[in-house]
Amino acid sequence: MESDEVEEMRWVPLSKRPEWSDVTPVPQDDGPNPVVPIDYKPDFAETMDYFRAIYVADERSSRALNLTAEAISFNPGNYTVWYFRRLVLEALDIDLQVELDYIDNIAKNNSKNYQIWHHRRWVAEKLGTDAADKELEFTKKILSADAKHYHAWSHRQWVLLALGGWEDELDYCRELLEADIFNNSAWNQRYFVITRSPLLGGLEAMRESEVSYTVEAILAHPENESPWRYLRGLYKGNTQSWVNDHQVSLLCLRVLNAKSNFVFALSTLLDLLCHGLQPSQEAKDVVAALEMSGTDEPDSDLATSICFILEHVDPIRANYWRWRKSKLPHAT
Amino acid sequence: MTAATTKTQQEQWMVENQVFQIFDLFADLPRNAKSALVELQRDNHLEYLTKGLKRLDPSFCVLDANRPWLCYWILHSIALLGDYVEHEVEDNVVDFLSCCQDPNGGYGGGPGQLPHLATTYAAVNALITVGGERSLSSINREKVYMFLKRMKQPSGAFRMHDAGEIDVRACYTAISVASVLNILDDELVQNVGDYILSCQTYEGGISGEPGAEAHGGYTFCGFATMILINEVNRLDLAGLLDWVAFRQGREGGFQGRTNKLVDSCYSFWQGGAFALLQRLHAILDEQLANYAPQTGVASDISGGEESSDGTQVDDKTCHFKLGGMNASCPVNLNSIGYNFVKQPVEMEALYQRWALQQYILLCAQDMDGGLKDKPGKRRDFYHTCYSLSGLSLSQHSWSQDEDSAPLPNAVMGPYANLLERTHPLFNVVLDQYYEAQEFFDTP
Repeated sequence: MESDEVEEMRWVPLSKRPEWSDVTPVPQDDGPNPVVPIDYKPDFAETMDYFRAIYVADERSSRALNLTAEAISFNPGNYTVWYFRRLVLEALDIDLQVELDYIDNIAKNNSKNYQIWHHRRWVAEKLGTDAADKELEFTKKILSADAKHYHAWSHRQWVLLALGGWEDELDYCRELLEADIFNNSAWNQRYFVITRSPLLGGLEAMRESEVSYTVEAILAHPENESPWRYLRGLYKGNTQSWVNDHQVSLLCLRVLNAKSNFVFALSTLLDLLCHGLQPSQEAKDVVAALEMSGTDEPDSDLATSICFILEHVDPIRANYWRWRKSKLPHAT
Repeated sequence: MTAATTKTQQEQWMVENQVFQIFDLFADLPRNAKSALVELQRDNHLEYLTKGLKRLDPSFCVLDANRPWLCYWILHSIALLGDYVEHEVEDNVVDFLSCCQDPNGGYGGGPGQLPHLATTYAAVNALITVGGERSLSSINREKVYMFLKRMKQPSGAFRMHDAGEIDVRACYTAISVASVLNILDDELVQNVGDYILSCQTYEGGISGEPGAEAHGGYTFCGFATMILINEVNRLDLAGLLDWVAFRQGREGGFQGRTNKLVDSCYSFWQGGAFALLQRLHAILDEQLANYAPQTGVASDISGGEESSDGTQVDDKTCHFKLGGMNASCPVNLNSIGYNFVKQPVEMEALYQRWALQQYILLCAQDMDGGLKDKPGKRRDFYHTCYSLSGLSLSQHSWSQDEDSAPLPNAVMGPYANLLERTHPLFNVVLDQYYEAQEFFDTP
């Protein structure tokens, strides 16, 4: 027998359950000729009819709690059911640790669902700082299956801010980046940690060590967009120090010298020039060495030359590079 | 020595292989077969859509709290295809959505469900798409306003529903509805800009909540909202542009986040950002001029001179330049949506429009009708709606103003592929938007 059939066999219609005999189910009022009508299966329809009954009656009992779980199993996206479940949990003063276990179970197959995460956040907030470890474990589990899970990362960030647990977070980012240096979510989390962790000194204090870390990542994979954006982010709020930091321009030149995967190196150099970097002769030479025939105009300044090259080596963004060229300071 | 490839690399190569296989096959075809393949399968899509409006199979019970969305995705797609539903069906849509309308304001995901900002947005947009007096007058604007007020948070953001989640999507759905219904006011707008600004990340895109990752869906929502509340100049537009420009891949379509996979729905969320930027070139230029290297002081647009709590130390006076409008005149919030589309476009869209259309037409169309995320995925109404919306924006992006029809070279495939024009802020078909705008113009 298929497991679905076994499930259906086990499901007893609510109308047959003695503990529900006092309740009159409330059918859905779709109106006479509804559009987008869903061909509900009988078990779904009946469950929702009974849910409507207790919702309208505002019955906050333990049978109501169980019914919300049944309704959720059919459609975990029904935010009204979740909303009511929270009212019932509060009214019955249920042990919320148990509720966390319940969410653990249904999250397995439904992790891409706003309602589950919102509910989790609500429970964790009520439990307070004691819940921190469990929440970090929970999100870690989800992330081990999908290291870029948006809701999981949002929830993890909320947990850190509201409940704490920052101690191992930078290490966790390092771990994820070791597994996949292209994981932009992990880079984003790293930024979150270095800027917001109460255990670290803040962006300015962390800048030097983070620049080293990022430069290493870039050199290993210059085609990886994440660390390039992260590098720029390390100087947020202080463009002058970004322009004046030799490490940045030297990094660009180093990548350009290798003559492969240099789109981000070029675009970073372009941005530096637009923000006032005075190019060295070395920079000019390196870029000149890249130029393909027909892409340069004699006497072009460096920024213009870079735009020309980018139009050719990054053609999907040709319109963008042409526009950047038109916006260069000298261009009128 | 090369290290083992990572999951990101492997997944990307798999998708690229599939997509390039399709492109290579296409390139080798004789001209006639090429034309056929690049044709928008209107009849198939319309059949898929109209069937969905009439009946959805049991598997759709997981969308039982999203039925106004299903209405909007389907009706908007049909409208983009330049087609109509029968008068009777239109009436049924209005009646059904009225069943979803809460007596205290707003629309829920189905009859009797709690009102929710996203389903309110979907219902209002669906009703505007249907158009006509009966449809538009069915919206109880006073009550919707009260619902929006109730969802408004002191931080400036909005909750999706009573005790619900707060994020940039909630801000967009609230502000969009208020704007299009002509009920936007200072109270609703208060501090929304601060919240969205705090969601622009170091990458340049916008996240769902402060600190989260820059994401195409939230970038569109945040960007559109800032325009609607007249605070778009507070965003680092050059940074946003740079981020979104790099979201278009070799496949031609857009990814939602850095180093993630292409998905046809981002044709609208990311492609839409370009449509918005096209009309903000004056502000963009102004921001670029502020890089001012010659003064020796580079003033930061996004993060410079941050006050200790991280908020922008910008003055909040109106300096939204629209065409020839005076920079410091007070702005009627409710006219922004209208003025935005009326002003002529003075710069081209800065992405590869042809490449996007190629991805949508060759990789996102399902043989049996409807559109999908990418090859190998199943079709659905959400992807149908947003692929077509992105396709429409792309086809119309060349046009200087709404009265000139796109030139043939703006439309990939036969000219019959041309879709109706959509409003880049609200994503409703422009003609329907104008009708609604006139209808709701009475206070």
